[in-house]
Amino acid sequence: MAEIVLDHVTKRYADGTVAVDDFDVRIADHEFVILVGPSGCGKSTTLNMIAGLEDITEGELRVDGRRMNERAPRDRDMAMVFQSYALYPHMTVRENIAFPLKLAKMGRAEMEERVERAAGLLDLAPYLDRKPAALSGGQRQRVAMGRAIVRDPKAFLMDEPLSNLDAKLRVQMRTSISRLQKNLGTTTVYVTHDQTEAMTLGDRIVIMRAGLIQQIGPPQELYDHPRNLFVAGFIGSPSMNVLPARLEEGRLRTPIGDIPLRGRLRRAVEGPDVPRDVIAGIRPESFEDAALVHDADGGGTFTGTVDLLESMGPEKLAYFTLDTGAVRSEHLTEAGGEEEAGEGCQLVAQLDPKSGARRGQPVRLWYDTQAVHLFHPETGENLTER
Amino acid sequence: MNRGKGRALTEGQRAERRLGLWLCAPAAIVMVVVTGWPIVYSVLLSLQRYDLRFPEDKAWIGLSNYATVLTSEVWWNAFWVTLLITVVSVAIELVLGMLLAFAMYRAIVGRGLIRTVVLIPYGIVTVAAAYGWKYAWTPGTGWLAGLLPEGSAPLTERGPAIAIIILAEVWKTTPFMALLLMAGLAVVPEELMRAASVDGATLWQRFTRVTLPLMKPAILVALLFRTLDAFRIFDNIYVLTNGSQGTGSVSISAYHNLIGGLNLGIGSTMSVLILVTVAIIAVVFILGFGTAAPGSER
Repeated sequence: MAEIVLDHVTKRYADGTVAVDDFDVRIADHEFVILVGPSGCGKSTTLNMIAGLEDITEGELRVDGRRMNERAPRDRDMAMVFQSYALYPHMTVRENIAFPLKLAKMGRAEMEERVERAAGLLDLAPYLDRKPAALSGGQRQRVAMGRAIVRDPKAFLMDEPLSNLDAKLRVQMRTSISRLQKNLGTTTVYVTHDQTEAMTLGDRIVIMRAGLIQQIGPPQELYDHPRNLFVAGFIGSPSMNVLPARLEEGRLRTPIGDIPLRGRLRRAVEGPDVPRDVIAGIRPESFEDAALVHDADGGGTFTGTVDLLESMGPEKLAYFTLDTGAVRSEHLTEAGGEEEAGEGCQLVAQLDPKSGARRGQPVRLWYDTQAVHLFHPETGENLTER
Repeated sequence: MNRGKGRALTEGQRAERRLGLWLCAPAAIVMVVVTGWPIVYSVLLSLQRYDLRFPEDKAWIGLSNYATVLTSEVWWNAFWVTLLITVVSVAIELVLGMLLAFAMYRAIVGRGLIRTVVLIPYGIVTVAAAYGWKYAWTPGTGWLAGLLPEGSAPLTERGPAIAIIILAEVWKTTPFMALLLMAGLAVVPEELMRAASVDGATLWQRFTRVTLPLMKPAILVALLFRTLDAFRIFDNIYVLTNGSQGTGSVSISAYHNLIGGLNLGIGSTMSVLILVTVAIIAVVFILGFGTAAPGSER
């Protein structure tokens, strides 16, 4: 168990491309940190630098205060779980799990005991003498986990360990990884491109984009207080609605109605560098069927025709097309936010299942004006959070 | 379609099968004519006394040609020489081939150049290359012979001559070994190497505990191909020494008896014995080591 410090770490390739730029994070002992971002954002490169599989161009990696930059992967005492599981196909499950111990020249008795214990933790006992080829995807994933935990390493490094599993198994393994990490208390760095995994697993999330850290914080903080448009679009499912908005005397004109500039919104637009045209963001959860809202204070209303209605059980998702162009921003495309080319501005509202909204019928929605975020159209900075 | 067990094939399936046989037939016939018949003919010749110098003495003599060959010192000398050349050259080729395979596979800069350079010897006709070696080792004209002490003529002495034959053979066929091994290397997933290094393996341990076991099918196939080939060595020896000073292989002996001595019976007997030996080698590899075609394992 260990504290891992990435002190202004940069990865630059020979051809000049910068994969990771000035990555500066301190990961506390026992902490579960998620690196998340779209593909190519540098998250896997960062993990590989921690593991020692890639060199660090600039900056320092310290584990428990000791510099690690020059150490070979095998001298770092970290265990890694790969997306492909990387099991040794010529070895049985037992040999796979025991492999790191064998390399460490551990005594036979202790080795067997440790393998049995790891297999017990992961329900692998019946499969110990099988080859990986004879296992299902979920079982292989557990063997990869077993090989990691058996060593009792300083840290677990996981590179999209659940991406190759089907949706149901992924949810199951997610909870068991979370439980395992809490029980073992081993510092863990976990890479994923899946915002749900990031939100549910991590103590803290590091959101990356194009090699740069966008924001670091606990899941709820990232959700409530995204620092920029990219984070706002990345975290949350369905994604935050983004609408073109214009600042006029004392109010904000948006396709879903005028919002009076009061309180935090007023303070957000007070700066001298705020342009008149901004981007407004409002989460689907901030909407409700107006018929079900009794205390409608501090909210706006909007009437639209439902394009599509999805009943999720505990909630309903209503989709609308607004008669205004969609917001185009480089900060959104990479965030994985659905951007229909050429279509009008899409709006998603999450409604109570009791809502009477019907497809093709107009419905009156209420929304919480205090939950609106305002973003700078060029920099993507969240004006309401500065 | 499926009308229960043991039921005859449907009309469509039978027609399909018949078509399949017809499509295979030309290739099968060519194979039988080109390779099957010569083998049968050799076996028939080996059972006869048949020397073209004394054609009137031709007679069926059963296995007595085999008795003659198998009790002959010349044959056994050729056999052991062949075995020595086979074992030593294949062993050296395996090690060198592995190094070259790694070089070709891992090269970051000039990968194309390295691969081309490595493959050059394989692209040169064996006989042409053998003449190159011969001149190189001939005193007075050869640059390699010039490096040796005055008065030495390595190709006229048994030990040095065999060494030169092995050298020529290794030089010529290592690229082939390297190609086969590189195909095996490419099968080992990169992520396994990364996993092994995180698991604590040194470079050598990654090679011996992960790469080698995973490459085993490719290695065995490469060894099988090369062993069979090496056991039939002919052209290098033919050019370099023509089998003098006891450097002849079994193929050279068979050739000398068949073509030089015009003794079809003895020559054919030797050819059949070579075929049997090669078949034994193949069976040992396939049964003993579980060699399979690449990819058919797992």
